[in-house]
Amino acid sequence: MAVEPIQEEMAGICVDAHGSAIGMPQLCGEWIPNQIFWLIITLVVIFFVLSRIALPRIASVLAERQGTITNDISAAEELKRQAKDAEAAYEKALADARAEAQTIAQKTRDEIKAKLDAATAEADAKIAGKAAESEKVLAEIRASAVESVEAVAKDTAEAIVAAFGTSADRAAIDAAVANRMKG
Amino acid sequence: MATEAAHGAETVEHAAGTGLSFHPMDQFMIKPLFGDGAVGMFTITNATLWMFICILAIIAVMVLGTSRRAIIPSRSQSVAELAYGFIYKMVEDVTGKDGLKYFPYIMTLFMFIVFSNFLGLIPMSFTTTSHIAVTWVLALCVFLGVTILGFVKNGVHFLGLFWVTSAPLALRPILAVIEIISYFVRPVSHSIRLAGNVMAGHAVMKVFAGFAALAIVSPVSIVAITAIYGLEVLVAFIQAYVFTILTCVYLKDALHPAH
Repeated sequence: MAVEPIQEEMAGICVDAHGSAIGMPQLCGEWIPNQIFWLIITLVVIFFVLSRIALPRIASVLAERQGTITNDISAAEELKRQAKDAEAAYEKALADARAEAQTIAQKTRDEIKAKLDAATAEADAKIAGKAAESEKVLAEIRASAVESVEAVAKDTAEAIVAAFGTSADRAAIDAAVANRMKG
Repeated sequence: MATEAAHGAETVEHAAGTGLSFHPMDQFMIKPLFGDGAVGMFTITNATLWMFICILAIIAVMVLGTSRRAIIPSRSQSVAELAYGFIYKMVEDVTGKDGLKYFPYIMTLFMFIVFSNFLGLIPMSFTTTSHIAVTWVLALCVFLGVTILGFVKNGVHFLGLFWVTSAPLALRPILAVIEIISYFVRPVSHSIRLAGNVMAGHAVMKVFAGFAALAIVSPVSIVAITAIYGLEVLVAFIQAYVFTILTCVYLKDALHPAH
């Protein structure tokens, strides 16, 4: 087999004549300082980019967002509290109104009752007066009836006596009738 | 050196002879973007390019996406806020309030890893986090940072991390040895876990892609690539998450060394 002549400038410790790696490229000492140098540059650049620009910015954004959320929550709590207060006030007003209505109703009821009582009393008094009056009239009527009976009795007695054919003394008859009626 | 290279070339030749050629590791090669010269320390390579794209992507999401500073976020702003909240909460939960000072550093690590992992899933792209050199630097930064911080914050008391007072006195020296070993193994496992996972997934996809050249098995291999790709999407996020949360755990040890 004809081996190609090794190209001296290509072949080295790490690369064979065909441009392939010999062994692990990771262990090739020739390539290590280069990587370390550029790695350190890279890390320094990333560190400054992150610590000077990116991380403070993200931290401030997160803090701002946290602040906004906290504010919103407290505002919502404030509104909730207000709503609760309003509800309580409404409830109180409703209760007050109810109580007042109760009072007014009670008062009205009492007034009506008082008026009614007064009217009843008045009516009672009137009725009593009327009754007394009637009683009086009745007594008078009764008394006059007794008188009439007496007069009728006297007249009847006189007529009976006359029918018997004897004329009687008027005064004697009156006395006799009166005497009889008392008895 | 030359013979070794020649031998490597020969095996490739053999493989190519059968119609199948596997170069699953070639995707991890570092290549200069301009010209064919050697890769020096400051050469602009494909790794540089993808790190730069990673920076641009992070800027696009985290800076441009949040530029309206909206109370009601747009989609990109939501993503940025989600990432912020995710890592912020992780740091707070794991390390406590006093760990929040170090949040930007942890955020930097997380953003770099998660964006590199996902950018690496774009076909033909280069995955910077598949290189142990990269993850080693990340893990070493964490290890050194946490160790120094531990001693600065707690002084000698930081060594209490290795002296398990809740264990019987006789066991404590043995436990201390174990604790010290496990402490120093941390950067190794921390870095290899990330690079290993990412590299393995990408290599497996490349192997399946190599099989797709055979007409008989190509449907199977394409289905397999799709399945592995789905798995890799999970791995891309989970490994970034794991790296970050381990960083938080190590940071917690530094801030509160008592067990």
